[in-house]
Amino acid sequence: MFTDLVPFQPWLSLFGGALIGLAAVLLLAINGKIAGISGIVGGLLKPSSGDVGWRLAFIVGLLASPFLLSAAGFSLSKGEIDLDLGALLLGGLLVGFGTRLGSGCTSGHGVIGLARLSRRSVAATISFMAAGFLVASLIHLF
Amino acid sequence: MKLLSTLLIGLLFGIGLNVSGMTDPARITGFFDIFGAWDPSLLFVMAGALGVSMVGIPLVIRRGKALLADKLGVPTRRDITPSLLIGSFLFGSGWGLAGYCPGPALASLGTLETEVVLFFVAMIIGMFAHSLFEKWQLRQCAKGKRATA
Repeated sequence: MFTDLVPFQPWLSLFGGALIGLAAVLLLAINGKIAGISGIVGGLLKPSSGDVGWRLAFIVGLLASPFLLSAAGFSLSKGEIDLDLGALLLGGLLVGFGTRLGSGCTSGHGVIGLARLSRRSVAATISFMAAGFLVASLIHLF
Repeated sequence: MKLLSTLLIGLLFGIGLNVSGMTDPARITGFFDIFGAWDPSLLFVMAGALGVSMVGIPLVIRRGKALLADKLGVPTRRDITPSLLIGSFLFGSGWGLAGYCPGPALASLGTLETEVVLFFVAMIIGMFAHSLFEKWQLRQCAKGKRATA
């Protein structure tokens, strides 16, 4: 079941999503922190004392995750994508700047903010989803 | 204990991202591109994540404290600002363009594939650019106050 991640696999996506939700709940329940990835990374760019260690620990866990999965025998193959350099770099700049200006990304706003019925997160999620559809679909047309 | 639990939770989060298929940018652009072969993965991932978080997060907030911390770092702002909407729109544009958001980028950075490394470096530059923008805004604000004083 875990050997090929390329075709659409609803159960794997649902299951993986549930693990993401579980991790977000555990980080709040155990450590009192919000598992918003852009916030965790962004906080390291203006470090304050006592606030660096947990960010690094979480990031190390994230970075290690694909190695643990491959060691356990899961194949992490990806679909083919014909992305050009410009799209990757511009996309990265927009994601970095935008998540900081908008105070969060898919995890902070989409997974945790929506769960606490935060009106800011509802507004942010609508905004970034709309932009995603708009940009990806426009690119397809041109 | 705090650091170890945080690391393990980060690992769980990353396993979720990899298993769910979110580390594959083709799935994201495939979801957002309504004119192409549609990939519904993101919908299922969000359903799985929200199914757990919509139950668990309110329970923890009601409890009011964490196992290893006295306070919960839950945001309290309620104001919907232009920064929130514009920032999120810029983020979504980049997400639809490159197919990566911050979590999946980190959860596949270790593979050192060229495309995720390039994306990550650009994302960090974007975050730095925002820090500079914030400082510039604060300076403008201070100037404005001096001018009206």
